[in-house]
Amino acid sequence: MERKVVITGMGIWSCLGTTLDEVRDSLYAGRSGIVFSRERKDAGFRSALCADVPHPDLKPFIPRNQRQFMPEEAQYAYMATRAALENARLDADYIASHEVGIVYGNDSVAEATMRALDKFRDFKDTAACGSGAIFQSMNSTVTMNLACLFKLRGISLTASAACASGSHAVGLGALLVRNGLQDCVVCGGAQEANMYSVAAFDGIQSFSAREEEPAKASRPFDRDRDGLVPGGGAATVIVESYEHAVRRGAPVLAEIVSWGFSSNGDHISTPNVAGPARSLELCLQNGNVNLKDIGYINAHATSTRIGDSREAEAIAKVFGGSKVPVTSTKSQTGHEMWMAGASELVYSMLMMKNGFIAGNINFEHPDEYSARINVVPETKEAHFDMFLSNSFGFGGTNSTLIVKNM
Amino acid sequence: MTREEIVEKVNALLSEEFEVEQEGIEPEANVKETLSLDSLSLVDLVAIIQQTYKIKIPIADLREIKTFNNLYDYIESHLPA
Repeated sequence: MERKVVITGMGIWSCLGTTLDEVRDSLYAGRSGIVFSRERKDAGFRSALCADVPHPDLKPFIPRNQRQFMPEEAQYAYMATRAALENARLDADYIASHEVGIVYGNDSVAEATMRALDKFRDFKDTAACGSGAIFQSMNSTVTMNLACLFKLRGISLTASAACASGSHAVGLGALLVRNGLQDCVVCGGAQEANMYSVAAFDGIQSFSAREEEPAKASRPFDRDRDGLVPGGGAATVIVESYEHAVRRGAPVLAEIVSWGFSSNGDHISTPNVAGPARSLELCLQNGNVNLKDIGYINAHATSTRIGDSREAEAIAKVFGGSKVPVTSTKSQTGHEMWMAGASELVYSMLMMKNGFIAGNINFEHPDEYSARINVVPETKEAHFDMFLSNSFGFGGTNSTLIVKNM
Repeated sequence: MTREEIVEKVNALLSEEFEVEQEGIEPEANVKETLSLDSLSLVDLVAIIQQTYKIKIPIADLREIKTFNNLYDYIESHLPA
């Protein structure tokens, strides 16, 4: 029997803030988290734009010998998860006596891996890598660290699906809960924000070169967009069965109605229309959702020429003449990549819970594709009870989630 | 490099790396206990000595290093000429 799946807690560590209230206010105000990095320019980046993600201090919470295992993104994820568990009123005692799982999105640990191997090569000795290097450099590092730190004893799994990792993680967690295999799963996505993680990405000229105007560089759907801006941080949502949440007296924030996914089976970096459209359609079909019930679409749109236009086409194809409001919060955050599917769920939740749609900043002129959908350029008060969130990634992996207010 | 210089530098490095107060590092205190080293973090002690003094401590030698004085002795006697 399928169970109703709900979200009972959220936490985030982002360039828009490190608490839900800060992020809500940044979204509402249309504040950009993008800055110019002198460090990146001096190092040889073509585009030195990036999100300004604060570094947390974990010393008060975690002993040195355990922090050694945590690369940057695991630190962000720890802070986001700590807040989400508190938000969901899940404390250590409860976790100790119940099986709580974790499915977290992550798809690189570039800097930690590079630093360890640099030491190995410098000293020609593997011990020079240090005790934390092996744990820091694995793709599952976020999941393994959080599972150990929070004493989680259910499923422990990393979703690596490029820029759809966070969304797939939530989808997988929800599926496990829906099928009764888990009662409660910590889900999320994390993204390292250091320059080494995106140097090769800069190398293929994917980033906006609008360095003189950092806040205007990320402009999804706008006619004059010229590339994405890399971001980072982490976002966590607590996913559990409705019965489980009610039984333990947890705050029930929203229902995860459905998950849809697809693969383009096409080019490694150039998306098509059919793949994303199938992800949207499958999600609507899985949740038995009417188009008219979707009050807001949080688009994947990253501010690249091809990607945004293909998504606009996919949305227009699936939603036809419906004028559902669409924005890409990447206009404010840049592209949070492995984290994006989870963080954009949190951004959309904050809008739904607070009665507004954050404007797609820098949307000044539509192009022929974005003109076919209803991109909202400025923040507006809006009540909606159901939203759809898209995440697409390299290799043509697509993920869509539909969430309903409760 | 004098013995005093080695002591001063090693204590400062270990204090920062393992987050213990320098005052707690006594010459005859046990290294593993004072720095809360387990089998994994012991590797970091080897790495930090190697990176600072270019001295590689083999496992067999590491077993013989019980106190901070043992560690200072080892560094002093293995410093490159």
